[in-house]
Parts: sequence; structure tokens; C-alpha cells
Amino acid sequence: MKEIIHATGLVKRYGEVVALDGLDLSVREGTIVALLGPNGAGKTTAVSVLTTLIEPDEGTATVAGIDVLSDPAEVRKLIGLSGQYAAVDRDLTGFENLDMIGRLYHLGRKKARSRARELLDRFDLADAADRPVKTYSGGMRRRLDLAGALVAESPVLFLDEPTTGLDLISRRELWRLIRTLVDQGATLLLTTQYLEEADRLADDVLVIDKGKTIAHGTVDDLKDMVGGERIEIKVTDRDDLAAAHEILENAAVGDLQGDERSRTVVAPVSGGTRELGEVLEAFESHRVRISEVVLRRPTLDDVFLALTGASAESSEETPAPAKPGRRGRGSR
Amino acid sequence: MNFLSALGDGLVIARRNLIKLKRVPEVLVFVLLSPIMFVLLFAYVFGSAIDIPGGSYREFLMAGIFGQTVVFGATFTGAGLAEDMQRGIIDRFRSLPMSRAAVVFGRTASDVIYNIITLTVMATAGLIVGWRIRGSLLDALAGFLLLLLFAYSVSWIMALLGLSVPSPEVLNNASFIVIFPMTFIANTFVPAESLPTVLRVFAEWNPISSLVQATRELFGNIPPGTPEPASWALQNPVIYTVSCACLIIAVFAPLAVRRYIRVAKKT
Repeated sequence: MKEIIHATGLVKRYGEVVALDGLDLSVREGTIVALLGPNGAGKTTAVSVLTTLIEPDEGTATVAGIDVLSDPAEVRKLIGLSGQYAAVDRDLTGFENLDMIGRLYHLGRKKARSRARELLDRFDLADAADRPVKTYSGGMRRRLDLAGALVAESPVLFLDEPTTGLDLISRRELWRLIRTLVDQGATLLLTTQYLEEADRLADDVLVIDKGKTIAHGTVDDLKDMVGGERIEIKVTDRDDLAAAHEILENAAVGDLQGDERSRTVVAPVSGGTRELGEVLEAFESHRVRISEVVLRRPTLDDVFLALTGASAESSEETPAPAKPGRRGRGSR
Repeated sequence: MNFLSALGDGLVIARRNLIKLKRVPEVLVFVLLSPIMFVLLFAYVFGSAIDIPGGSYREFLMAGIFGQTVVFGATFTGAGLAEDMQRGIIDRFRSLPMSRAAVVFGRTASDVIYNIITLTVMATAGLIVGWRIRGSLLDALAGFLLLLLFAYSVSWIMALLGLSVPSPEVLNNASFIVIFPMTFIANTFVPAESLPTVLRVFAEWNPISSLVQATRELFGNIPPGTPEPASWALQNPVIYTVSCACLIIAVFAPLAVRRYIRVAKKT
């Protein structure tokens, strides 16, 4: 398959801060690639370079074979961008926004109009089409913003954190819409800090941290990298966390991960259900009460933890989970 | 990027700015209400306080109010751009295959329309409070065109400023400090001759003075018997104003467009 997006050695510095530190990436035609990483990992900077919004200090990038640095105007004809800040004009109606974008893609007056109506229908915004965007809900704005990226039926799409800040229902709705895009042949680079999102949508995942790719592969590849299964146990009583740790430490083949707030401990294991039985017996004999038990394949969160030592999803608002009693909110 | 499609892009942006006139109350206040307020305030507060030999101060004042208002109106250009830069919409524009100059050209163009509305409203308010055009209609039309041209040139200065400040508020405050004295150290409200020497020289060569002088002449609002102004600028106000406006556009339009492209790359 043809390579549509290609970047090597991208470096971007803002004073002391290194946003991109030699990032490489490659996206094949007709696939969805997710850039997964915590806030500040360099995801938005990477998208900004590839969409010609900023110039990197070092490195090269091409989109559909066209050099982003030497021919940005040509690149812009081929791409659609939907940013994390819902880049639509709040004083304009949904229709006016899409119509304007169509005109600026030089679709022509008639085509721009019909395309705007078509997209509003498809994104379930037809009823709100002639209302100013400032009256829209967050989910509606995101849908409109996403529609904006699709106005010109661009072959290469960039979606920068398309669902950040949305509730689960709106998020699922957007996922469904995004999937249909690629079924229609588009190539899509998506950034996200939601592991579930990468899991649901992406063919390939690039885990990035501090401006560098730290892992690359299909979702299954990444899960295999950390190997084994996980036992996840939630104790009923917070005071039992230390005991739970002790028991699981004996069974684990790697480091434990714990979260005090949710009273959960996760242990990588290799013995499957047999191991689980032994662990449960140990809990029983220590009289530690359990409210939830799961034996599962590693999730992308586990992958991220294993790779960076920090959780991607929780890095935004809570400190990285660690052994209970040492850190975390609400401790002692 | 050929010229026609760049022009088309500019018009699309201008149209978008004009839609906001209907939707955003602050814009409406700025474009419609504040000019009425200016006319009434000056006409009734100052208009009856000062005597102009052989004429009416209220008539003398109108050209000054026109001039001051359209020059102040230019801050709108800067504030609009500063606001665009602050919001996400600018990223959308930058990622589109549109002309790099369209956002700035579109903004200055839509502000000409704002100014036309403002001048229409002010002229109507002026006529109601007793201002009259005493020259020919063609001259009067030339007067309004001159006001629009000069305001357009100041728009470009403000566009550059608007692209250089972190937020619209900063621009409003900064431009106030510059524009306020510029419009007052002029013949806008009092004859330039009555000012102390340093200020008088400044006022005599201030293009806002020549703008006001020119419109006053074109509206026929100079009372008979008024002495000939001392500076060349005020003796040939139309030529001087048009030259200043062209010079300002020639300098600031390229700077503003370059600034937009540079800001676009830096983020």
C-alpha cells in the first residue's frame, strides 16, 4: 500500500521546551493511525507541522508525496483538518460555516452550498443548520468541526483530539462517523489521549511521549509487547489495599499498578485462570474482601504504563497511579 | 494563487465579517449607536458653547466628528483580527488552500462597509440636529469618499497592530492612547490657529486635520471670512489627505499581510 503521510526526524522547540524531539511517522493509504500520548506529548505540534500550520526546526515531512515545507499550498489542497478547539465561527450558523469553508476550498458557490447541506444532514445537524453555532452543544460543535474537515472530500484527514471533552454518548457517535470516513477511502491521522479511542478506531498506533515515538504497531502488537494477562482486583475496604498488594506481588510477573481512589490493584500474570484461583484463595485466607475481579488481556493503558511508567489517561487530572499509600488523591 | 481567486477569498471573509454585524450586538452598538451618540453629544454639549464668527459651530463640528469617528472605527479592524487570532477559527483558515492575504484584506474590506453604514447613520443624525450640506452634492459625495479612503488606510495600521497584540483588549487600550490625541491635536473641534505653537504645527500637518479641512470644504461648512490656513497641507487638503492615505496603505498593507503570514507560522 502507498504511503500517504511520511515524516522523519521532526524537531520543534519553543524556547527551552522541546515539543517534537525527532519524531518519525508513516501512514499508509486508507488506514487510520492514532498518535496516542498524554497532554504535552507533542501530538498537536506534530499535526500542526503536517498540516502546514507551523514549520519544524528540523526534519522533513510529505503528505501524498508533496513536501510540507517547500510546497505547503499544494498540501493544503489535499487535507482536511479538525482541531481540538472546535475551529468554527461561533457567530455564524452551521450552514454558513460549512458554506464558507467550501468557498475557501474553491468548490464554487453552488457546490459549496449543496455540500454544506449534505454534511449537515449526515452529521445530524440539519435541524440546527440555520442557528448560530454559539447555541450548539459541545457535541454538536465537534460534529460541525469534523464536518468542516470533510467539506472538500480531501483524501487526507487530520483529526486532532476529535472527542476530547465530550461525554461518552457523543464520543461514540463521533467514532461511528469517523469510521465511515475511512470506509470511503480516506487516510486519517488521529491524535488522542483516550486509549479506548485508539483501540476502537486505529489500525496502527504510535505511542508518543515527550515528542518522540516510543512504540509503534497495531493495537494487538502493542498489547503483545507487554505480554501476558492482567488480574485486576478491586477491594471493598481501602485499608485492605496494602494487603492486596502483598498478595498480588507474589503472583505477579512484573510491576504492580495500583490506584488508591478506585481501590484497584492490577498485576501482570502468566498463569491465567489457575493463577487467578490461587490469588482468590489467598485473599480468602487473609480475609480481604473483594468487590470486583477481572482477568483480562492487557489494555493500551497497560501498554502505556509499561512504556512510560505513567498513565496516559489519568495524567491530565490525577497523578500517575502508584502503589497505594505513597501518592494519589485522598491518601491518608 | 492568482489574483482573482485571492480576491474571491477576501470577499468570502468579508462576507463572514458582515454576517457578524447582524449577530453580534457589540458590533451593532459600535457601528450604529456610538456614532449617533457622538453627533448628539458634540452638537448639544459643545455645539452651543463655542461661537464661530459668521457661522454655526455645529456645522463646523460635523466634519470633525465624521473624521474622528471613522478613524476610531479603524480600531475595529485591529480588534477583529486580534479576536480571530485568539480563536481557533484562524487555524482552520490557515489549513485551507486560500490566499494568505485574504483574512487581512477581507477584514479591511468589511470595515469599509461598516464605515459606510456609520457615516450614513451619522449624516442622518447630523441632518436632524441642523447640519446642512451647503456645497454641491457631488462635492459632498467626494467628501464622504475621502473619509472612507482615509479610514481604510488607518485600518491597515490597526490591522498590523491587531496581529501584533495578544488580545483585542490590549489593542483597544493601546490604540486609544494613540488615536485620541491624534484626533484632538487637530482642527477637528477647534480651529488649529488657536493652539499653542508646537501643537499648532503638529495639527497643521496632521493628516486628520487635512481630512477634516477637506470634508469641511467639500460640505461647504467653512464660514465665509475664515482666514486661509497657514500650512500647505491645509491649503491643499484633498491632495495631502489622499497622498497620506496612499502612503499609509503602501507601507502598512504589505507589513500587515507579512505579519499575518509570520504569525501563522509561529504558533
